[in-house]
Amino acid sequence: MSRHLMKGNEAIVKSAILAGCRGFYGYPITPASEITEAAAALMPQVGGVFLQAESEVAAINMLYGAASAGVRAMTASSGPGISLMQEGISYMAGAELPCVIADITRGGPGLGNIASEQSDYHQVVKGGGHGNYRTLVLAPHSVQEMADLTVLAFELADRYRNPVVLLADGFMGQMMEPVEFPEVATEPRLPRWAVAGTDASRGNVITSMHLDTDKLEAHVRQLEAKYFITEQREARAEDWRTEDAEIVLVGYGIVARILKAVAAEARAAGLPVGVLRPITLYPFPTLHFQRLTARARAFLVVEMSNGQLVGDVRLALNGARPVEFFSRVGGNAPTHLEVLAEVQDLARRHLAGAPAEEELIVHV
Amino acid sequence: MSSEPEVTWEIASSKPASFYSTYERKDELQHATHYCPGCGHGIIHKMLAQAIDELSIQDRTVLISPVGCSVFAYYYFDVGNVQAAHGRAPAVATAVKRSRPGSIVISYQGDGDLSAIGSAEILHAANRGEPITVIFVNNAIYSMTGGQMAPTTLLGQTSTTSPRGRSAAHEGYPLHVSELLATLEAPVYIERVGLGDNKQVAQAARAVRRALENQVRGLGFSLVEILSPCPTIWKMSPVESQRWVRDVMEKTFPLGVLRDHTQAAQSEAVPIPPPPLSMIPGIVGVADAGLPAEMTGDADVPALDLQVRVAGFGGQGVLLLGEVLAEAGLDAGLEVSWLPSYGPEMRSGTSNCHVRLSREPIDSPLVTHPDVLVAMNEPSLRKFCSTVHPGGWILYNGEASPEDCDCRGVHVLARPFTQIANNLGDARAANMVMLGALLEIAGNLPQSSVDSALGRLVRNPKWLALDETALVCGRRLMREARAEVSHAG
Amino acid sequence: MTDVSHRDAGLLRVDTDECKGCGLCIEACPPKVIRMDESLNPYGYRTARYAGAGCTGCGICFLVCPEPGAITVLRAARPRQSTAPGQQARP
Repeated sequence: MSRHLMKGNEAIVKSAILAGCRGFYGYPITPASEITEAAAALMPQVGGVFLQAESEVAAINMLYGAASAGVRAMTASSGPGISLMQEGISYMAGAELPCVIADITRGGPGLGNIASEQSDYHQVVKGGGHGNYRTLVLAPHSVQEMADLTVLAFELADRYRNPVVLLADGFMGQMMEPVEFPEVATEPRLPRWAVAGTDASRGNVITSMHLDTDKLEAHVRQLEAKYFITEQREARAEDWRTEDAEIVLVGYGIVARILKAVAAEARAAGLPVGVLRPITLYPFPTLHFQRLTARARAFLVVEMSNGQLVGDVRLALNGARPVEFFSRVGGNAPTHLEVLAEVQDLARRHLAGAPAEEELIVHV
Repeated sequence: MSSEPEVTWEIASSKPASFYSTYERKDELQHATHYCPGCGHGIIHKMLAQAIDELSIQDRTVLISPVGCSVFAYYYFDVGNVQAAHGRAPAVATAVKRSRPGSIVISYQGDGDLSAIGSAEILHAANRGEPITVIFVNNAIYSMTGGQMAPTTLLGQTSTTSPRGRSAAHEGYPLHVSELLATLEAPVYIERVGLGDNKQVAQAARAVRRALENQVRGLGFSLVEILSPCPTIWKMSPVESQRWVRDVMEKTFPLGVLRDHTQAAQSEAVPIPPPPLSMIPGIVGVADAGLPAEMTGDADVPALDLQVRVAGFGGQGVLLLGEVLAEAGLDAGLEVSWLPSYGPEMRSGTSNCHVRLSREPIDSPLVTHPDVLVAMNEPSLRKFCSTVHPGGWILYNGEASPEDCDCRGVHVLARPFTQIANNLGDARAANMVMLGALLEIAGNLPQSSVDSALGRLVRNPKWLALDETALVCGRRLMREARAEVSHAG
Repeated sequence: MTDVSHRDAGLLRVDTDECKGCGLCIEACPPKVIRMDESLNPYGYRTARYAGAGCTGCGICFLVCPEPGAITVLRAARPRQSTAPGQQARP
């Protein structure tokens, strides 16, 4: 096993190919374009298909076609492009087609900017398309995880026949870190349900349509059951020094990295601070949060979005502990000093033996 | 009658085998289609199924059904079926065909689907010359949704959304998609046919077969537009609507071959078989020839914990400087991170990156208080000089740091690095002179790691030689500066 | 279909469950040997009906019919041709 220094965006493509991905359909957008460029370079060399689509709308529908044909396939985009893909994501969830979508998030709304934000949380985690569906969402916080979670994304997509989104802020895509890859590539497989233009697959149908009300209800119930199983089995989070933590910092992606630096400094100053980092944003690691309430006095959610993750944290804790919030947006990352100041303030109010303040101060 | 010789009857025309024998669409209707009496879709379905039978491609065929009246096509055709979102069938078909080049892919679309919401998808599929077959059913109206205006609705024709009749001034002219597509380079066959009378129907059947045969022969993009009756929405009898196709629709949409390049078209090249699985890691560049994951022992890993910020103008090699440093750190067995600022700065203006090297896992890759700031121009110095960790270093590309720059508590090495590099052979090597100086500060990083990093990142031998000279020069400058400091001390 | 004449080149069958009575076959038939039946099928459609004689086996009715299996056209084959491969049927 060797280590290679590369950008997160490049790691995604290499990892995808090793995981048996043989189709990439995409439309360039900063800060995700390196993914499309790497796929353009590599996919044809491994017998896969790379195609630059005329729009994100076409790209996601090409993904629908490739997945229908039984190919492990992916695309990559960022906020505005993901918005355009929502139609196809809904259709793919409805038709139960697996695929992997990398969202390297930039600033919004609208054209926003091309710096790093986490403001796609709602449109990705809550399902920005129409209808009763969910996407599974994985949130890497290192280049190594960009690679590892890409493999997991393909496995989950196939296991649950559902789109899986790799939700990473622009920093994750642009930064370079050492990565280790598996030494053996995965053999692409042809699922039984695929429409592959063969005798064996002739009777297969890919559709999201169920015109009969009872049949659609049964279909939606079956999707719900599937999502319920993912909630039981697939929720993942990293506990970082939470075993004795009375203040728990919560964040994903680049923010989690900053929070670890903050927690280390806070601990050096004698404050019992830990970090809980959701790795799956859907299914949300609810139990990981609830387990920490035995010791934790308060939670601080830090985001590069204006209060999107914090809603899920509050739902997970269901009022058991105060949840406070700090954010930077517009493409600015929170500095560890400003988060540390928040932590110190939190400690003053919640750890000094004073009765915990019931409600939540929102810092603007 | 019994005295007459017995006549043997042969089936001349019957339900094609590419249709299912019964349809599962609704429990109570297993025998007939959902189409209205006299609907053109049923006629076109039959032509298509017959052509599939005749070409013996039932097993290979994948039918992409659209949104519109033919959304249920998958209940009828005993082939591989994929139902697509409104207008997107050509995009879906593109990927099915490219994923399974041996399949025969048919994109079956109505005029709302193809010429309105899916106008981009059809244009680009045609322009790429996707070797698929498109059946474009034009009945000049949105039928399934109850008779709204389509891009192909005729001038004067009323619809629920053009109740006073379509006017060129308000709704524009009927869109001639086939003519538009025929202007492209790639398509091999585009024909408009109709279902207006027996002769037209027979020609339509021939065109459908030809469009499919072109795909079997691997010739390229083929499209047949079929002017098709919709008695229900047109509020005509089936026979009247058939005649309306011939007598009225055809005036706006003349029949005929709009493009035929089948003679000149070459069959698709046979796809190259994929490489063996064992070669994949090598092809993607992660085979085991890289750097060792674990060094022989911690003792070999240099004791180093360095946070660096490199900043300058775009084009000064700011990012490369950081990358060589990170790559060298990795080579030496350290944990490293490299994080660029990106955005408009990528094109012009300032550029900067954060680099960390450490024996421990790196928490935040963002460097807010660098141990070393490499400021390749004055704006960068001004922007970041106050962030440098007390006792740290500023390497500044200039004769001296400006007097109003607060550099208290930190060491400064200010030299005209660009000029120095220019004297070495190329001003663009200034970044490597500065890296040399930086490496002298990070004394524990072995030169062998730097050499191997440089070798990996700088492929041009001329540049490599210059960069190596520049590094040596930078190291010397820093040593001299330190000597001066210690003398002065 | 009892009036079949062996002198006819063709023969027509209508599946009355499938026929929706659109009348396109009646209009299309060159020898005009298809009529509309007065009775209704289980779905409430009047259906096409072969007049019983005069079919040339041209198959145009089949081609213009919007239902996949509503019409079957047969052609008379000479007995010695009946050994040729292909589907065989007797009325």
